[in-house]
Amino acid sequence: MNSEKNIKPVLELKNLKKSFGDNEVLKGFNLKLFEGENLVIMGKSGSGKSVMVKCLVGLIQPDSGSITIKDQDIITMGQTELDVLRTEIGFLFQGSALYDSMTVRENLEFPLRRHKDKIENFQGTEILVKEALENVGLLNAIDLMPAELSGGMQRRVALARALILKPKIIMYDEPTTGLDPITAKEIIELMRNIQEKYQTSSLIITHDVDCARVISNRMILLVDGINYAEGTFEELSNSSDPQVQAFFKN
Amino acid sequence: MIFSFYEMNKANSILLNTKSFFAEIGDMTLFAGRFFREVFSPPFEFKELLRQCYNMGNRSFLLVSVTGFILGLVFTLQSRPTLMQFGAQSWMASMVSLSIVREIGPVIIALICAGRIGSGIGAELGSMRVTEQIDAMEVSGTNPFKYLVITRVVATTLMLPLLIIMGDAIALLGSAIVENLKGDVSFLLYFNQVFDALKFTDLLPATVKSVFFGFAIGIVGCYKGYNCAKGTVGVGEASNSAVVTISMLLFIIDFIAVFVTDIFFEI
Repeated sequence: MNSEKNIKPVLELKNLKKSFGDNEVLKGFNLKLFEGENLVIMGKSGSGKSVMVKCLVGLIQPDSGSITIKDQDIITMGQTELDVLRTEIGFLFQGSALYDSMTVRENLEFPLRRHKDKIENFQGTEILVKEALENVGLLNAIDLMPAELSGGMQRRVALARALILKPKIIMYDEPTTGLDPITAKEIIELMRNIQEKYQTSSLIITHDVDCARVISNRMILLVDGINYAEGTFEELSNSSDPQVQAFFKN
Repeated sequence: MIFSFYEMNKANSILLNTKSFFAEIGDMTLFAGRFFREVFSPPFEFKELLRQCYNMGNRSFLLVSVTGFILGLVFTLQSRPTLMQFGAQSWMASMVSLSIVREIGPVIIALICAGRIGSGIGAELGSMRVTEQIDAMEVSGTNPFKYLVITRVVATTLMLPLLIIMGDAIALLGSAIVENLKGDVSFLLYFNQVFDALKFTDLLPATVKSVFFGFAIGIVGCYKGYNCAKGTVGVGEASNSAVVTISMLLFIIDFIAVFVTDIFFEI
């Protein structure tokens, strides 16, 4: 991406630091996510990927550094402004995080409760719910409870819920973890389709090399709390650095 | 004085436990403070509040009814021989009604609800915390504290007095049945004696006390669940420690309530 430097990023992290007690998880992490881009962050388990993405949506307060989403600094932002900004961000949780006391329909309606005004030409909850479920091919599961769905179906419903407010940025926290290879491929395909259809910018946290290969435009390797390496999948997979190679060897 | 390594370790562990005990009390106080800050500010989750009131009232109804009925029945059966020894069986209705309405009813029913409602809240919110459902709620722009905590605490505060009043009434019915079968006392006479014995000053402190019991059940259950950690083990711990803490708190509240009632109404 040669033109990156001239384009304004939709999301920018500068020198992000976060510790839990003596455990320094992020030691000055930086990233820029550009419009329409699929940026993959790879790192070992426990390397701080999930902490970083939770800092991005205000679930964890970083110790220092800055987080700018659409030119707004989310660290200094008030709760109301943050809630409004969150409508621009879809978040797919590692374990789907569907509300297990609600049906699929109610799960999808939940984010709409406070933000109907954010949707252009709002035509009613039912239409949006059905459209989101159609996108993930699960319209027939609309009245089922999450416990009645398989792992892959739960992940799709969670994706539909993340999309319901038509966000401009989607964050995926380990989207294929815990799924069989075929279902994982379906989810990756779905993520690509959604990106093409809605022109979203995606930040994908994963340690799945196949997922990274298929979906990434650019990659960052998070090692020891810092950006260890950055580049396209091809560039990184052909790197001679043993630490980088370790990610791509089976 | 020379302390052994074992004694030093033990002293250190007692110090740490004391420190974490007071830290938890502090955290719980801050949690309750947040409740009071947010309870009167919009948006209000009325639909969820009604759902919680219905769930708590409806699901505890049978348990409270059975407990209350057996409480009245057993209390009367156990007291009869002693009262008969003194020829004071005519005091049965007033003795049972005062004991149940003032003290036994609220405490026993609150303890039952601590197990039924408090542990349920702790486990439900704990499970939502460890499966990231609370985080998902926050990311979707809904304040999970308002949606989950405030609705549950308000629901327990509103429903517990009602459950206690209902439980007391059923306990008195159980007592009346025993008196009717064993002592040939008519229901009309029994309840006349009950209402003669009970005064406003008996009902008011008991009802006010039950409001505090309800609040304690809700706030501790929510605190334990909302701050649950350590995965599924943590959910069990949250549920278990919610019941233990609530039970202890109920007796403390009861003691304070009796103390205050004594000052104002001279029991």
